[in-house]
Amino acid sequence: MGNFLFPLAVFFAAIFTDNILLTNYLGMCSFLAVSKELETSAGLGVAVTFVLALTTPLNWAVYHLVLVPFQLEYLRFIVFIIIIAAFVQLIEMIIERYSENLYFALGIFLPLITVNCAILGASLFIVIREYSFITSFFFGLGSGIGWFIAIMAMAGIRNKLRGAKIPIGLEGAGIALIIAGFMAMAFMGFSGMIQIS
Amino acid sequence: MLITLIISVAVITAIATLLALLLVIADATVGNYGEVSITINNERELLVQGGLPLLSLLNSEGIFIPSACGGRGSCGLCKVQVVEGGGAYLPTELPWMSEQEIADQVRLSCQFKVKAPIKITIPEELFLVKEYTTRVEKIVDLTHDIKEVTLKLIEPELIEPKAGQFIQFQVPEYELSDESVYRAYSMAGSPSDKTHVELQIRLVPHGICTNYVHTHLKVGETVMINGPYGEFYLRDNNKDLIFIAGGSGMAPIKSILLDMAEKGDKRRATYFFGARTAQDLFLLDEMYALEKRLENFTFIPALSEPTTEDKWEGEVGLITEVVRRRATNGENSEAYLCGSPGMIDACIEVLHDIGVSEDSVYYDKF
Repeated sequence: MGNFLFPLAVFFAAIFTDNILLTNYLGMCSFLAVSKELETSAGLGVAVTFVLALTTPLNWAVYHLVLVPFQLEYLRFIVFIIIIAAFVQLIEMIIERYSENLYFALGIFLPLITVNCAILGASLFIVIREYSFITSFFFGLGSGIGWFIAIMAMAGIRNKLRGAKIPIGLEGAGIALIIAGFMAMAFMGFSGMIQIS
Repeated sequence: MLITLIISVAVITAIATLLALLLVIADATVGNYGEVSITINNERELLVQGGLPLLSLLNSEGIFIPSACGGRGSCGLCKVQVVEGGGAYLPTELPWMSEQEIADQVRLSCQFKVKAPIKITIPEELFLVKEYTTRVEKIVDLTHDIKEVTLKLIEPELIEPKAGQFIQFQVPEYELSDESVYRAYSMAGSPSDKTHVELQIRLVPHGICTNYVHTHLKVGETVMINGPYGEFYLRDNNKDLIFIAGGSGMAPIKSILLDMAEKGDKRRATYFFGARTAQDLFLLDEMYALEKRLENFTFIPALSEPTTEDKWEGEVGLITEVVRRRATNGENSEAYLCGSPGMIDACIEVLHDIGVSEDSVYYDKF
């Protein structure tokens, strides 16, 4: 595979074969809590994609330009977290000011995202897998889209399940986790397609 | 080792400072909406710092909108009509809005942020609503399960209620409630005593506020209240009056009667007070004293299940039966009811039967 195609391969791998939600089970809490309605799921999914695509390369830059030269790689957890938190706050303020529609669609989900572990997870993966800046961007974007697809699929299934008779003990998060398990297995079907890492 | 330590501290500090600085700058530029005006009822105009929720802006200007959750969008009480400049609804407001309210542009003021000049309508009486810091002056047992709590106003020092109105009592976090909540209680004192608020609080099993008052509250403690609220006050006319209350429903009626006595009101008035046994009756002496002060006032206590030890010689039966027996011609009457929803609904039926017109019945259900 040509070197310039690698970011693209990572992009598709992040969506399908290495879906951050279904293979790594990251970003689970908001996935379970918000996947009840298609509309809100879409809002959260887009917000996660947006933030992932921007924070992952940003964290790459901070890691390689600040932490590595000072040999402070072990500080990456805390640094990534504060950068994500500050960045999300900043984005929220900008959106609130300049686009009312976007704020209503995305803005209210942004505070939820600060604590979404998929975001931190993606930033840590790019360090472990030693991605380049470009690859990091595509990995972040792909992970976000993968997360979006997973939560939309889940919301669709939960919508269909509304009329279903579910054993009392499995209602709510219980059945959602089982469904997520099945979805993860279904996504394993993609694994022959592309391999990364 | 030491150098690594210093460098890591320095780097973290630098990154954090940089981000903080960035946010401060953003707050002052992007987040700065400047001064915006809020026009209230086309009369008053307030100049306020933009970008904040309407509820807190009004609050800081001394206009108190009833709210039970403290601005988190979970009680749906702080509704305000935004006539102009409202813009689109937030998803966090919609669950609380009826179609009519959306048509009237009613907004949830804790969620709605003021970013542009707006015009709003607020009911006049809310201008009188304030938040009060008070100190518990006295707690007296009225019956085995009703306590009379007297609060002395500290800041502001004066309240101007109409007799029969209620306040909201703020219960702080304690073992039964992991958040601070508000509960409404009628004021029982005379409205001429502007420095005190008197409440009658009956113990309700598992009730958050009632348990707090009955088991935790001590004389000398500070209590936050806000008010006065409510449409339950004496209308000014010449109709005969029928008061009906049960249990701690005594409170607003007592306040109205005290007010009438002070003003020398000569309207014909009958007060039916219902209780189960003699141990549920209270303030009888005070009511009989009022009979002497008010020319045309009759107090009729009634017991539904008197025991033999009670040696009760007054009216016996459910309060509805007693009202039906004693108040026959209600055509020129007005009725004020305070008690449980069940009691009030039953009483409204009886009042209808004896000829009291529907729009002359005022009630306070709890």
